[in-house]
Amino acid sequence: MAGAPSIEEVIEDFNVLKCMQCGVCSGSCPSGRQASLNVRRLVRKIGRDHAAISDESLWMCTTCYNCQERCPRGIAIVDAILAVRSIAAHEGLILERHRQVANLLQEHGHAVPIDDAHKEKRMQLGLNSLPSTVHSHPDDLKDVKLLLASCGFGDITGGKE
Amino acid sequence: MMKISLFLGCLVPNRYPGIEKATGICLESLGIDWKELEGASCCPAPGVFRSFDEPTWLALASRNITLSETDERDVLTICNGCYGSLADANLKLKNNPVLKEQTNSHLSQIGRHFDGTIDVRHIIEFLYSEIGVQKIKETIVRQLDLKVALHYGCHMLKPSSNRATASVEHPSVFDELVEVLGCTSVDYPDKMECCGAGGGVRSALGETALAITEHKLGKIEGADVDCIVEACPFCHMQFDAGQVSLAEKGREFGIPVIHYSQLLALSLGYSPEDVGINLNEMDCSDFCNLLNELKKD
Repeated sequence: MAGAPSIEEVIEDFNVLKCMQCGVCSGSCPSGRQASLNVRRLVRKIGRDHAAISDESLWMCTTCYNCQERCPRGIAIVDAILAVRSIAAHEGLILERHRQVANLLQEHGHAVPIDDAHKEKRMQLGLNSLPSTVHSHPDDLKDVKLLLASCGFGDITGGKE
Repeated sequence: MMKISLFLGCLVPNRYPGIEKATGICLESLGIDWKELEGASCCPAPGVFRSFDEPTWLALASRNITLSETDERDVLTICNGCYGSLADANLKLKNNPVLKEQTNSHLSQIGRHFDGTIDVRHIIEFLYSEIGVQKIKETIVRQLDLKVALHYGCHMLKPSSNRATASVEHPSVFDELVEVLGCTSVDYPDKMECCGAGGGVRSALGETALAITEHKLGKIEGADVDCIVEACPFCHMQFDAGQVSLAEKGREFGIPVIHYSQLLALSLGYSPEDVGINLNEMDCSDFCNLLNELKKD
């Protein structure tokens, strides 16, 4: 099942063309201060063509929502960025580190699974070495894997080698 | 009495278990009917997984929610990321019949069904609106004379269209919960700014995340506080492990980081070691000594 929208749907659904390029978004962006992300320019790019999907700055957004909260035109900027990211991901444009995190989820049901050092910390605190999550429930982990397979998640993220 | 199931997520049990321990202590002491949400998975993390594929994000989030629906309990989160993911997914599925049907067709593969019968809560808004500052004041056994820099984090409050909390730009909910414990919440520039970790930035673009963190820590440093208090293990990790990374580059801050559950547990008479403040990545021994001194007073 195709999980990503088209760029036209993103433009329509999130009011991208209402942008008047005022720059409140980039003035509110904590990432823009430190990295090459320019939200104002990115919104314009999304509104113009498909090329936005390969813009590296898409992945510099921390999703803090400052821009979306303050946009005087009510554009759902972060939601639009997330949707464009999903188009990119469906076209295979996923950063290597993100692919690794996706593999952890598929293997363990956790993006950050337990390790020996933290089992030790848990026991120091008097907790069970494994938490009550999927880590202690293999049947639940099986369900998570079935669900990921049903969504075709492994195909989208390139799966495990 | 409201019944809740505690959603642990990934970072609390697997990286900062002191927060798990402290949260249990707090819920128990406040007389809340709670249990852990057994068999839960990653929420899944919104920045990475929602970015890749919304149907997968909704399917996994809804599985976690249906576990709690079966128990007829609201989900309590202790992480802004888990809250953002589960609360936003819950609302989307409640409000959009097409997405709900699509998600339920995935869930049918594992014999589950999303009904939309419960809510997702964040510990800060839950304590504030369901328990109340007054009840907390009556329950704690000691005041903590600490100057703290509060960090709300982003997804507790935003997107505001999906949140019950009042103000995004100038909230006071968290400040009130901290000050009732005897702490002073010190104002500082960029208090409402992001820690830098979210949106998958920490996982793939660590240097960008760290630059945002360094900016924020610089503002906190100027406020001359005893510690940072947050209510999100991802922010916790970004400030804690981030300070270790920054120290390696020669930028030393030395500002301890604690989750609100840990702070509240200290007010309930527990020691810093009981709730794992000594288990942060950065050395917190001076801070633990200070807390143990306070305990004697």
